[in-house]
Amino acid sequence: MATLLIRGGRVIDPAQDIDRIADLRIVDGRITGIGPGDTGAARAEETIDAAGMIVTPGLIDMHVHLREPGREEDETIASGTKAALAGGFTSVACIPNTEPPIDTQAAVEFIHQKAARADTCNVFVVACVSRNREGKELAEIGQLVEAGAVAFSDDGAPVSDAELMRRALEYCSMFGKPILAHEEVLELSRGGVMNEGIVSLLLGLGGMPAAAEEVMIGRDTALAESTGGRLHVMHVSTAGGVALVRAAKARGVRVTAEACPHHFTLTDESLRTFDANCKMSPPLRTAADVEAIIAGIADGTIDCIATDHAPHAREKKMLELDRAPFGILGLETAIGLSVTRLIVPGHLGWSRLVEAMSTLPARILGIDRGTLRQGSPADVTVIDPDRTWKVDVGTFRSKSINSPFHGWTLRGRAVATIVGGRVKYRLPGV
Amino acid sequence: MSLIPDVGGSGPATEDDSAPPARIRPPPPEVTTLPPDAAMPTPPPVSLDSPGAVPASWTHRHLLDLERLSPEEIGLLLDTAASFKEATHGCRRKLSVLGGRTICNLFFENSTRTKTSFSLAARRLGADVVDFSASGSSLSKGESFIDTAKNLEAMGIDAVVVRHSTPGTPHLLAQHLGVGIINAGDGPHEHPTQGLLDIFSIRERLGDLAGVTVGLVGDIAHSRTARSNIHGLLKLGARVIVCGPPTLVSPRWRELGVEVSHDLDAIVPVCDVLNLLRIQFERQNTRPFPSVREYAHLYAMTAERMQRARPGLLILAPGPINRGVEVSAEVADCPQSLILDQVANGLAVRMAVLWLVCGPRAEGATTINHGDGRGI
Repeated sequence: MATLLIRGGRVIDPAQDIDRIADLRIVDGRITGIGPGDTGAARAEETIDAAGMIVTPGLIDMHVHLREPGREEDETIASGTKAALAGGFTSVACIPNTEPPIDTQAAVEFIHQKAARADTCNVFVVACVSRNREGKELAEIGQLVEAGAVAFSDDGAPVSDAELMRRALEYCSMFGKPILAHEEVLELSRGGVMNEGIVSLLLGLGGMPAAAEEVMIGRDTALAESTGGRLHVMHVSTAGGVALVRAAKARGVRVTAEACPHHFTLTDESLRTFDANCKMSPPLRTAADVEAIIAGIADGTIDCIATDHAPHAREKKMLELDRAPFGILGLETAIGLSVTRLIVPGHLGWSRLVEAMSTLPARILGIDRGTLRQGSPADVTVIDPDRTWKVDVGTFRSKSINSPFHGWTLRGRAVATIVGGRVKYRLPGV
Repeated sequence: MSLIPDVGGSGPATEDDSAPPARIRPPPPEVTTLPPDAAMPTPPPVSLDSPGAVPASWTHRHLLDLERLSPEEIGLLLDTAASFKEATHGCRRKLSVLGGRTICNLFFENSTRTKTSFSLAARRLGADVVDFSASGSSLSKGESFIDTAKNLEAMGIDAVVVRHSTPGTPHLLAQHLGVGIINAGDGPHEHPTQGLLDIFSIRERLGDLAGVTVGLVGDIAHSRTARSNIHGLLKLGARVIVCGPPTLVSPRWRELGVEVSHDLDAIVPVCDVLNLLRIQFERQNTRPFPSVREYAHLYAMTAERMQRARPGLLILAPGPINRGVEVSAEVADCPQSLILDQVANGLAVRMAVLWLVCGPRAEGATTINHGDGRGI
């Protein structure tokens, strides 16, 4: 009987409405109890002293690009999941824009096997909405569900055919699976490198207007409303997008949404350095958008925080801005940015942050995670909420270093990541 | 394209050592001894006495854009250009203030006039010039522009004049290279020497820019010339109006203190200067107006519109000009047209820029690498 005791931390489990100093006991990979006293410290084989720490259900990042198969020079399932562990994530959902895309049972199985071999964190598979991500005909969604796909997405090749999107929402509804939508009207953002606004105007860089995102959120929420399908809006980046999701929720549409740490931290002013590490899609927007994103997370319009971890090998980002690919790393800075930008200024309480990074992602993906309930798989993250640390991309577990946060000082860091009752990561020196 | 291998040689190379293939032939090397201060405007902004040093008030290692320059720095550039124009008898004679320096033209985008102008300016100051163009180079073999530039740097050049279709490319080079970078146009972002020569040409005719009303007409959205003009003119106190259809002229320009108009007829009577910008079809995703005919009807500067202008309205056009699109032939060739003055003044401005970027620094002078983008 393998036992692990996490002692004296502030245990937060929004699913059970728990937020108190307690011991957490794990036996054979399952949570067996929360509470002081009867936890039998003496009988534990391994103990983590969590005094002053926050103990949460394992964090879940539902938007991660692991790049394998096809772009192993950027990231692999092994390296990406190690980065996840170092960032405090016990589960990731990987997005299917790989080469080839994840649109067959065999491809789903490949990911599962690679993840099992890596033996790091849990990897849940998001599969393609359309065959080969071409937006022409539906992928074999039922087969993919049988293979274990938890959600469907064509990611950055958004389904532009409204009829196909309607069919996808309808069809997925019979499996209870959500469609994760990258909301972008490509015709409106064509040639764009950054947010369209005064900064793009000054820099002469191609703009991606907020409307490119909002028009598509409008379309898809209307389709979700009429079909009863489940829509999850990925990386909302504009104030208008937040308002559209809020309005749809008020109408009872089955819509959820996520936001990325960079979208509540940086603005398009960052592009003044012409740094390709500030280029992502959707792009960094304005200060007013950042404010709206934060308000949306605080009031629950935006359900969860996801990173859109998008590794690109160094040489790919060392190009001219219009040739460099979109995307930045996210896994290893997510807690630090969330604590620094949301908790420290008082926008969010810890319970809401844990909900946004664990409880709700689990619920949206329909996976048996995101809680410390007795009998649940023992995925646990221990966070030092007060630790200040300097971001150094040289220490990242990811294969890539494309982070605009290199050199930043952040507060809050995972000190231990436990997956299935096994301590998979401990911050060195703690 | 052959690169000249002897760039690190001691002492000034002779003219022919560094001549790129025949295209650009400098005038006979008639090296003048600089006249004393008497020949210069007072107070002389720069001493051109060899071996004079770059004024300590010029702290930039590069010339990347006009947005980051102060009004004083722009004034210094213009005054230096005036001094050089005078010292070279209207840019015709040769000086030796950059003897022994090598300037590389690194053009990733086609150009004839700007490259020729930079080459001539460098030679007028006694510098050697090498040309590097992207076509037929290793770039077409997949090398990144940074690697290409690093190779040139390793050959011992002193400054890179760079043109590229992507905004910010000169700024990235400034981060990765240890030599001076001069932006000769980065996509639609900036073209600082064009902005300076436009302003120089206006200043030559009208004096102080404060209170002067300048209309920029045409494809503001895709024009680097417009951006450099806007920054420079605003800093010197001019009133700036941008004019064109809303698809090319965003109302957002108002946030910078620029006036925005979509009606050329409304602004012609209030302008002292009109700068007529070319439609950059090559940079547009979708055509921003129904037809060239309709555009010309609404926005071409014609003799008929000239009649409603203030007497003495100055006409500028950065070129290449499209007669019949943004400007009619009569207007392009009218006495108030500065189009050819601009070309001549381009030499003076580029001499000033080259000298400030590569000229000798006084003992202990400090420079700031604004290429990191965070400076100023």
